[in-house]
Amino acid sequence: MVPLSWYLGLSALLFTIGAVGVFIKRNAITIFLSIELMLNAVNLTFVSLSGFFGDVGGQLFVFIVMTVAAAEAAVGLAIIISIFRNRESLNVDEVDTLKL
Amino acid sequence: MLGAIILAPLVGAAILGLFGKRMGERLIGLIACSTVAVSAILSFYLFFKHHAELEQGQKFYEYLFTWISVGTFRADASLLLDSLSAVYILFITFVAFWIHVFATGYMRGDTGYWRFFAYMNFFMFSMLTLVLADNFLMMFVGWEGVGLCSYLLIGYYFTKDFANDAAKKAFIVNRIGDFGFALGVMLLFLKAGTIFYFDDPDRGIHGAFSWAFSQAHDPLAWSAIFAGGMTTIAILLFVGATGKSAQLPLYVWLPDAMAGPTPVSALIHAATMVTAGVYMVARASSIYTHAPTAMLIMAVIGAATALFAATIGLAQWDIKKVLAYSTISQLGYMFLACGVGAFGAGIFHVFTHAFFKALLFLGAGSVIIGMHHEQDMKRMGGLKKYMPVTFATMFVGWLAISGVPFLSGFFSKDEILYRSFITDGLPEPWPVILWGVGAFTALITAVYMTRLMVMTFWGKARFGDAHDAGAHGGHGEEHGHGGLPRESPRSMVLPLVVLAAGAIFAGYLGVPEGLSGGKLPNYFEHFLEPSIARSKVPSGDAQANGSPHSPSGETTIHGAVVQGSAEVEDHSLERMLTGVSIIIALAGIGMGWVWFGRKPLWEPPSLLEHKYYVDEVYDATVIQPIKVGAINVLWKFIDVRIIDGFVNGAGQLAGLVGGGLRHLQSGLARSYVAVVVLGALLIIGYFVMR
Amino acid sequence: MGQEKVLFIVFAVIAIASALNILLQRNPLYSALSLIGTLLALSALYVTLRAEFIAAVQIVVYAGAIMVLFIFVIMLLNVPKDQPQVEKQKGLRYLAIPFAGLMIAEMFYVLRPIRLSTLPPVPSGNAEQAVGTTWSIGTSLFTDYLLPFEVTSVLILMAVVGAMVLARREGD
Repeated sequence: MVPLSWYLGLSALLFTIGAVGVFIKRNAITIFLSIELMLNAVNLTFVSLSGFFGDVGGQLFVFIVMTVAAAEAAVGLAIIISIFRNRESLNVDEVDTLKL
Repeated sequence: MLGAIILAPLVGAAILGLFGKRMGERLIGLIACSTVAVSAILSFYLFFKHHAELEQGQKFYEYLFTWISVGTFRADASLLLDSLSAVYILFITFVAFWIHVFATGYMRGDTGYWRFFAYMNFFMFSMLTLVLADNFLMMFVGWEGVGLCSYLLIGYYFTKDFANDAAKKAFIVNRIGDFGFALGVMLLFLKAGTIFYFDDPDRGIHGAFSWAFSQAHDPLAWSAIFAGGMTTIAILLFVGATGKSAQLPLYVWLPDAMAGPTPVSALIHAATMVTAGVYMVARASSIYTHAPTAMLIMAVIGAATALFAATIGLAQWDIKKVLAYSTISQLGYMFLACGVGAFGAGIFHVFTHAFFKALLFLGAGSVIIGMHHEQDMKRMGGLKKYMPVTFATMFVGWLAISGVPFLSGFFSKDEILYRSFITDGLPEPWPVILWGVGAFTALITAVYMTRLMVMTFWGKARFGDAHDAGAHGGHGEEHGHGGLPRESPRSMVLPLVVLAAGAIFAGYLGVPEGLSGGKLPNYFEHFLEPSIARSKVPSGDAQANGSPHSPSGETTIHGAVVQGSAEVEDHSLERMLTGVSIIIALAGIGMGWVWFGRKPLWEPPSLLEHKYYVDEVYDATVIQPIKVGAINVLWKFIDVRIIDGFVNGAGQLAGLVGGGLRHLQSGLARSYVAVVVLGALLIIGYFVMR
Repeated sequence: MGQEKVLFIVFAVIAIASALNILLQRNPLYSALSLIGTLLALSALYVTLRAEFIAAVQIVVYAGAIMVLFIFVIMLLNVPKDQPQVEKQKGLRYLAIPFAGLMIAEMFYVLRPIRLSTLPPVPSGNAEQAVGTTWSIGTSLFTDYLLPFEVTSVLILMAVVGAMVLARREGD
């Protein structure tokens, strides 16, 4: 039997990789992908706990998360498209006009 | 009704202060004099109505309101009429009234007429508050108030620098004394738990003096001064008296205060404010009688001041300065009296001095006006025939202050000298020394006063050509008559006559028993007895009605005084000393007459003429270091570098921090994420570690 | 039973490798494809956890719809290779390792007490209504969790509208 902690550990690893990706990468889309990775890692945690405690609520929550992720992806990509139209570049470092 | 006595002048001051500018001189003068007259009439009325009860020691209170009541500390705005304050308000209001009348004539034509009288009335309010207060804090209010009015009135001619400087000097030197006074009152509160004078069961308060009586006497030793007990309190209060009543070392303001108009000098710096110190000492007599060290110091300072000031007075050319130093000298006598335990005699001298000194100052004012504001005696002379009434009244004042018999000054001064001689509250050589100093000073007093009279009224007129170019005082004058001096108008002469009468007859109220052979009682001292504590010194009369006093049986016998072996013997000593005083007075007058009659313009030694360089010494030792310290240390270092440094530094710090923190806002999403992640890690770490 | 552990390890390795590949690739298209790989591996893990419905939904929705959307956008924008362009605050990239290390350390610190728990045995009873089946999720969704369901639908509506507004060209 696979111990619960393995699942959770895997989830932690994936989450870390996603987080590192967010602030290492400069391409806006890649950053977005890393965020999706983080969301999936959390999903894994929910599902594994749901399975171990026999509670369907965890899986339900994953369901909702996926829905939200979809909505978020749609809107986020729309924003990226708008920025690309204005600047012809997807480099996040170039969007720093709010600096002091 | 006591309240009305203080409030009448206050109302006058308010009216004149607010509306005086638009009033005519006559109306101003009328208001000012009438408020003082109201106070005077009420004072006389109360005195005569309650005269018998006051003599028995009954006290009348008028409670206005509770001013401060915090924890155990309580100070009321309430007034007390007992024998001491009754006597004071009598002569204060009486003399003040006549001085106000004089001033209506003296100040005529001056543009600040209303301001002058507003200040004078306010002064009366403060002085009466001081005298009628029933606790030390109220007295201090009046004390400060008279100091303020002194400043305002000395600096009345505010366009003149020397007047402003003199006013500041007076106020600052007074302040130094006030510091001691305040400390003394605080210490008294600490030890006695109250600052009221007497008990008043109706209001549930205890008096400080009842506490004082329950204490043992402090020893006669240097250590007692710093022990924090009765002696310390007494010394601190005396410091206040030194400032207010111009004794060594805080007398320096009084001669400069002559920069004010002459009625001010007469009222404030002769008859009333400067006697506040003596009043305070007499009021607190129960404290002083328990502190023999303090009394010794007071007597010594009083005698020393008397002598010191008299010698300087001998060398002054300005007629008002001579009188100023004379006042300081006479105040010294009053403190000498208190110091040897003869508080009643001291107050008696205050009383008689008020009359003849006010008379002399007003007379000098009359002379000054007559001479078109000339104050230098070198340019006077032979005024006898031009100003006869002034001459006659000043003649009376001169004899009174010199101690010529049958005039008031004789009785009071002689009483003081006698009591100094026989006191046994002080260790051995002191009584004789003090008497000797006092007698010698009396001689010099007679000499310099004679000099003043001779130079002013007799001899050859020296005001010939210098007259037209005479120095003009600060106030405009309508007496525009170029030419010879003329007698002053009736408004100024009438007060002189009244005060001269007072100078002659006031003394008979307090004839010492010894002199009259017991036939004429010493009304004055009897009246004051209930309010004044008796020291260990047995005075000539052995009556003690109702005054709590320490047992006099344990006095030790010093010197040649035999303790009351027989009434007759005491009186013979007294008569002998009186004879000596008379001889001194006449000798002084004679010496002065002869010497100055021949050489009116005799050059005094420059040490005396420059007042022993005391002012210069103070300037060098106190003022310059303070100035240098204030500029270099307080201003340049503390203010500019430390305080401004802090404030500017805080601003710069904010700038620096802001400058550093602004780099956080790089506009870069990645760094923001990094910060968020860092924060999240820290929070998780915190919870993980718990 | 060792089989399950082997299965787990295999899919776990695939997931991690794909995740790392996201970071290592320069071309965002390859990164997206790597993510798809991760998703598939995760889906398999869901199956081992008896969450069949979720596994299926993951593939259909996540990998099938969301990632397709991503790839559409990548191709639409025709972003060239991730050239070394403007990089500001270069020091930031070196923070990655400490942060990663710290994160992993913390998470493993939390996990220590539960190292040895294992999956409970399969409950007997109606297999069609066990936890994880479509039936169970469906009933919960429309009874206990009805409100979140409805709110989610509103959310999707908002997203649709928002995406349309944002992506519209000016003057359309």
